[in-house]
Amino acid sequence: MTKYISLTNQVQLSTPSVQDYAVKVNELSHWFGEGLNRRKVLDRISMEISLGEFVLLAGPSGCGKTTLLTLIGALRRIEKGDISIFGSKLLHSSRHTRQRLRRQIGMIFQGHNLLRCLTAEQNVQMGSDLLEGLSYSARRDQARFWLRSVGLEDHMHKLPHDLSGGQKQRVAIARALAARPKLLLADEPTAALDSVTGREIVDLLKGLANDQSCAVLMVTHDQRILDVADRLLSMEDGKLLPSIG
Amino acid sequence: MRSYFWQKRRIPLAWLLLSRQPLRLFVALAGICFAGILMFMQLGFRDGLFDASVTVHRKLDADLVLISPRSMSSISMTGFPRRRLIQAMAHEDVVGISPVNWNFLIWRNPETLSTRAILTLGFEPNDLLLKDPDFTSKSKTLTNFGRVLFDELSRNEFGPIKEWFKEGKVVETELSGKRVRVSGLISLGPNFGADGNLLTSRETYLDLIPNTSPGSIELGLIRLRPDSNKGMVAKSLTASLPLDVKVLTKEGFIEFEKNYWRSSTSIGFIFTLGAALGFVVGSVIVYQILYSDVSDHLPEYATLMAMGYRLETLLGVVCREGFLLAIMGYLPAYISGQLLYLLVRNSTKLPIYMDTQKSLLIFFLILFMCMASALFAMRRLIDADPAEIF
Repeated sequence: MTKYISLTNQVQLSTPSVQDYAVKVNELSHWFGEGLNRRKVLDRISMEISLGEFVLLAGPSGCGKTTLLTLIGALRRIEKGDISIFGSKLLHSSRHTRQRLRRQIGMIFQGHNLLRCLTAEQNVQMGSDLLEGLSYSARRDQARFWLRSVGLEDHMHKLPHDLSGGQKQRVAIARALAARPKLLLADEPTAALDSVTGREIVDLLKGLANDQSCAVLMVTHDQRILDVADRLLSMEDGKLLPSIG
Repeated sequence: MRSYFWQKRRIPLAWLLLSRQPLRLFVALAGICFAGILMFMQLGFRDGLFDASVTVHRKLDADLVLISPRSMSSISMTGFPRRRLIQAMAHEDVVGISPVNWNFLIWRNPETLSTRAILTLGFEPNDLLLKDPDFTSKSKTLTNFGRVLFDELSRNEFGPIKEWFKEGKVVETELSGKRVRVSGLISLGPNFGADGNLLTSRETYLDLIPNTSPGSIELGLIRLRPDSNKGMVAKSLTASLPLDVKVLTKEGFIEFEKNYWRSSTSIGFIFTLGAALGFVVGSVIVYQILYSDVSDHLPEYATLMAMGYRLETLLGVVCREGFLLAIMGYLPAYISGQLLYLLVRNSTKLPIYMDTQKSLLIFFLILFMCMASALFAMRRLIDADPAEIF
């Protein structure tokens, strides 16, 4: 029996089955470095995120938040413990399995990492191009839809160097959403945005979580958006602190 | 079908990655183009050498030829007894023979008075020598002593003979220290061994080189019945004639000459090596460009991998970049090659032409060069760690 306490004044009580979990982390530990320089960055982390849940992850710099995000995002090899994504275990998984899982995971990076040679629309279309069975025009329409959703309808044909930092971040968010992910991992996506835009983006992600049953795990330091989350997780020194209700 | 591919198409990432930095693209294309031109020129010179070395051979009116076994090539022909040619007439399939003297004589440019060696063929004016419908009437002029037919395709260093002759001037100069007059023009073409060609009667030839024995010739032309088997007749003559003469088919004579330039001199090797160097230089340039391109875009490739793009898909992008570079680099190299061939033809009169075989060979060499460079550049991409972008 797990109790979820919503920070939006909504209390949810449920007993999720294995399939309901988007993410299940079990006794996860991770180290960086070799020999004498080997340092533990994650210490026996266990957590679950259900489909449609919006979870915020907070903690001081260097506490292991981003490492945890990359491990859940199937970008790193697991050293100890295990992670299940939609029921698929990542421990000892093949490159093909991790690549297949990444298609269901949207990622929003701190440094937006847009392709410099592509326009905003083309960058977002790189996300919708991952969708199977859609024609070119349908994929392009998807890209335009998400760009409009993040308020960039007037900047579709601009290259990244013609966009402001906040606009680039919104393009990166639109790109992640255009792939219709079931799990969205975001590493401080609102850091480069003003308070109004930041709030709009978080509301957008929250809406996505609700409407499409997409699980969202967002690393943030932004105190202004804590109220949106269904759950707030805190980390310190590689350890997960008890949930804040 | 077109609609299917149109709907399935993707963003042309390879092209956009290449074209985003026009200066780098220009340098890459210039490098590939340079390598292509180098290969075109080296292979052009090599093939031109082999083709030019047999321009006279191809035009000889003969089915079989007799040469001395000591002859190495057209630039070092040795004499053999003329009676061997007469003996060959005894074969039932032989219908005609032409004895030919073949040597390099010193020609004086009538305009500048400078001297230069010119390949001179001496033959009986009433005999057949070249497969040229107009040749018979021209060769009749050689019955007068001291007359020569000048090759109008000879290099300009021999003087404005063609121009003067066509203007109706009497063209006289010194050949081997004796006065000769040009009585007509023929069209043969120079080669790497001879800058120009001259035909004259055996009578004049023997007067120009007095120490030549009248019973010695350097080349014997044999014409056979149309239905005869050249190979069989050559074998039969080889068996019946003494060992001081070698019997070759005309094709064998052409191959004999080409083989000399190919194997007995370093010229063929040097030009092939030059083409290989062009290939290596081009490969290094393309590799450098593609490697730095992949390195520069590594965070972007890593982002795509993190999004779920397969490594194979991204390797395909690098492959397409290599393919695009090959196509875009080949076209200017081909056009430049054509222009340079024209320039070389006009200034050296060598038969250097762009043929399908050569243009395809160099296209595939450039394609291989670009694709191999792309494969090596991919190692950088394979090492890309998507986790590092966080």
